[in-house]
Amino acid sequence: MSPRFEYLLRLGDDALILGQQLGFWTGHGPVLEEDIALTNIGLDQIGQSRAWLSMAGKEEGQGRDEDRLAFHRDQHEFRNALLTERPNGHFGDTIARQFLFDAYAVPLHDALSRSRDPEIAAIAKKCAKESAYHLKHSRGWMVRLGDGTEESHGKIQQSLNGLLPYVGDLFVSDASSQTAQEEGWGVDLATLRPQWESNLESALTESGLERPKATPEQLGGRLGRHTEQLSFLLAEMQVLPRTHPEAKW
Amino acid sequence: MVKRTADQWWRLLQSVPDPEIPVLNVVEMGIVREVIPDQSRVLIKITPTYMGCPAMDAISDDIQEKLREPAQQEGLSVDVELVYAPAWTTDWLTEGAQQKLEDYGIAPPGKTADKRTLQGEAPMVRCPRCKASNTEMVSLFGSTACKAHYRCNACSEPFDHFKCI
Ligand SMILES: [Zn+2]
Repeated sequence: MSPRFEYLLRLGDDALILGQQLGFWTGHGPVLEEDIALTNIGLDQIGQSRAWLSMAGKEEGQGRDEDRLAFHRDQHEFRNALLTERPNGHFGDTIARQFLFDAYAVPLHDALSRSRDPEIAAIAKKCAKESAYHLKHSRGWMVRLGDGTEESHGKIQQSLNGLLPYVGDLFVSDASSQTAQEEGWGVDLATLRPQWESNLESALTESGLERPKATPEQLGGRLGRHTEQLSFLLAEMQVLPRTHPEAKW
Repeated sequence: MVKRTADQWWRLLQSVPDPEIPVLNVVEMGIVREVIPDQSRVLIKITPTYMGCPAMDAISDDIQEKLREPAQQEGLSVDVELVYAPAWTTDWLTEGAQQKLEDYGIAPPGKTADKRTLQGEAPMVRCPRCKASNTEMVSLFGSTACKAHYRCNACSEPFDHFKCI
């Protein structure tokens, strides 16, 4: 697997899995506006995923397009960060997961929009505009819930505590990530951590939430080592195209 | 048979409406980026408003449909290509489009030069119905990805605001 294929899969799979998860909120949002917001954000993620995976397929050169990559890979072939496959849980869990991701996606897309590869830069510039809105939305809810009632504060604090151990995958620096940086078409994902930290800190301060004591980081998504949650999600997402592989609709 | 010029193809494209905002055509929306007729085909380059815009396939089909016959008359095929660069911005909506949007009931986007608008903090969004400026945002995400949901405090009507990106 070339470092570039690997890198593009990570970008595409993060967006795909998050997008699929947000899709489950359709018709289940706590209020109509949030139902619409979460599914709109999900749609953006799927769109971003489509662009990255389509590019990954071309990079691989085996004739796999974005649909083939999304629907006909098995769990161990997925490269999404563990954070993105954490369960939807309640609204606060989904918001906290989205916030932790958006706080990373904004500096990521910003850095990639300066890629030496014009296609990566173009897609990233497009994604950057969308992720800025996503962060504004998820951060707004972190503050609103954290600075809300005793119950909302307690719940969102708990969501945050439960999710923070899973962010490590986002910043893994390995051969793929370092090659991206050296060759100038991508960014070493580890370098995004300070900006993510500062996004997190500012939201914590404004919302009155606390950073829990550091716990061991759970890593593995970038290596294809996933949690059980992903298998349920893939089963649901892949069943139709796998049952009717040549179907057109 | 006289070959159509690029300008003439552009004019034909003005008869293809945007599927989600039918009051605007795909040229007014700024979705059509390039029109390149050559010996064998006419190539139309389009760009998505949002990455996940579900209307892009429909737009591509509509363009094919509209141009197929005129192209055949010249012995040309029609190719529609999706491009990402440069990224679409609401600044590409034509001047007339802004007014059409407002008449249709959608508050048009501000200009991206105003950074506040770009952050979704539109300084003032005018109610498309009663023109009052006393409005408030209900949700950043409206009926489609490109719109936010607003409420007018003067006439109490809800309305869509075309987000600035
Ligand atoms: Zn009004």
